[in-house]
Amino acid sequence: MLSFLDTLVQGVLLGGLYALFALGQSLLFGVMRLTNTAHGDFIILSAFVAWSLAVVTGSPWLALIVLLPLAFAGGYLLQRLVLNGTIGKDPMRSLVVTFGLAIVIQNVLQQIYTADPRSIDSGGLNTATFQLAEGFSIGALPLLIFAAALALTVGLQLLFDRTDLGRAFRAVSDDREAAELMGLDHRHVYALATGIAFLVVAFAGTLHGMKTTVSATDGPSLLLYAFEAVIIGGMGSFYGTLVGGMLLGVTQDIGFRIDPGWGIWTGHVVFLGALLLRPSGLFPRTR
Amino acid sequence: MDLLSTRKLDAYYGDSQVLFGVDFEIERGEIAALVGANGAGKSTLLKTVCGLLRAPREAVRFAGEPIGGLAPGRIVRRGIALVPEGRRLFPSLSAEENLMMGGYVKRAGPWKLDSVYRLFPRLQQRRAHPAASLSGGEQQMVAIGRALMSNPQLLICDELSLGLAPVVVKEIYQALEQVCRDGVTAVIVEQDVAVAQRVSRRLYCMQEGRITLHGLSSELTRERISRAYFGV
Ligand SMILES: Nc1ncnc2c1ncn2[C@@H]1O[C@H](COP(=O)(O)OP(=O)(O)OP(=O)(O)O)[C@@H](O)[C@H]1O
Ligand SMILES: [Mg+2]
Repeated sequence: MLSFLDTLVQGVLLGGLYALFALGQSLLFGVMRLTNTAHGDFIILSAFVAWSLAVVTGSPWLALIVLLPLAFAGGYLLQRLVLNGTIGKDPMRSLVVTFGLAIVIQNVLQQIYTADPRSIDSGGLNTATFQLAEGFSIGALPLLIFAAALALTVGLQLLFDRTDLGRAFRAVSDDREAAELMGLDHRHVYALATGIAFLVVAFAGTLHGMKTTVSATDGPSLLLYAFEAVIIGGMGSFYGTLVGGMLLGVTQDIGFRIDPGWGIWTGHVVFLGALLLRPSGLFPRTR
Repeated sequence: MDLLSTRKLDAYYGDSQVLFGVDFEIERGEIAALVGANGAGKSTLLKTVCGLLRAPREAVRFAGEPIGGLAPGRIVRRGIALVPEGRRLFPSLSAEENLMMGGYVKRAGPWKLDSVYRLFPRLQQRRAHPAASLSGGEQQMVAIGRALMSNPQLLICDELSLGLAPVVVKEIYQALEQVCRDGVTAVIVEQDVAVAQRVSRRLYCMQEGRITLHGLSSELTRERISRAYFGV
């Protein structure tokens, strides 16, 4: 019983990390149907930048504070200067361009940081645990990551549903030409969305780099988890993305307990099952 | 002086020319109607005026200034609002959110949520409903209200009556006439020539991308209109 509870809790906490990977992609799907195949690489990139900033500032939290505005500006400019030109009827162009970006990022990271994995010094937070019962403890950092995922999910959903900017996001997503007739500049609105998505990417990269070691070529596997969480949850719903991430985390953890080799692929099997049973996700956007 | 005029306006979709030298003029404070068969180019003319299709700078003038080729956002800021063909509401936004999108450009003027709800009291009860769940008439009211929220000098309406019951059409045109009495100029495209003639002061007939007849609505006979309309 206790071990079942343990599996469940660890899985949910792991799911928080996956949700963190996925939320930015979920926002881009929701606003502009853009699949950024370099999403995972941008998370790794921000992990490395955070690593450097942490070396300079001496604190991962200061590093994150410095990284956030850089990430927003980077996301805004990336959309404005590169991605806006690829959005259109043919999804192939954005796939090709972001795939190219992924390769560039991986190579640049390998050049600068070599192929060695590294980890952001969290000041002991990554080993701190709370003992809940004999043989059942939870890590402080996974708990913090989960709390961040929860807060960002709720924040993004409120932004999307309740604010002027969120309304503009939904309007442009519904009918870009009609939105332009209202005086919206979709290139600016898209760029703001990507800027915000990159704020989440900065959180994801920094926390992921504190939790474990990262290396230059980790991006594609993070993209896969992010993608699966978004699809399981349903496009355009941040709550769905969080639940999708948790489902992925829990099934991986169950698989892992049965046999350490099974963990990752039980997650993929559940993703495929969800795709077959509910192709539009658990929480498709109904409004 | 004309509020809006086009001079020898041509328009194209890619390589295919749809408008041929269109001269169209409307004075401040009047309602002008544009009629013509399917595919005549009425929507194309309206879209060009609103900036959705490109035009040479001098070919379109509004309030004394050339506006041809400006982006739609620039044009709505100058005071032209379009109620598009097929309404083009944002389906996932509520009725009220659609209206608020219309107010995205903050031009000064009398139109706010309150005044739209006074014009269309029915919308007040439906304000929180998704636009996609509203009836056709309600959707058209939201589309008109959304355009008014930008406080336009010129309101351009493309086929308001499309798919609506006659009583609803009557209600909507009454509202439009009230709006225009309060100082808004309007261009309407209307399939029903009798309605177009009754509502408007000036009438244009269009056929295959050319203006084939224009004049004061009260002075044009039905016979001349239908000849210009059908080309027989
Ligand atoms: N997006 C487009 N691309 C290419 N051709 C178009 C496009 N829209 C309209 N056309 C063509 O341009 C011509 C004029 O169309 P337009 O929509 O302006 O006609 P209309 O007078 O508004 O007709 P209706 O009464 O059916 O609304 C038609 O021959 C139409 O096929
Ligand atoms: Mg038309």
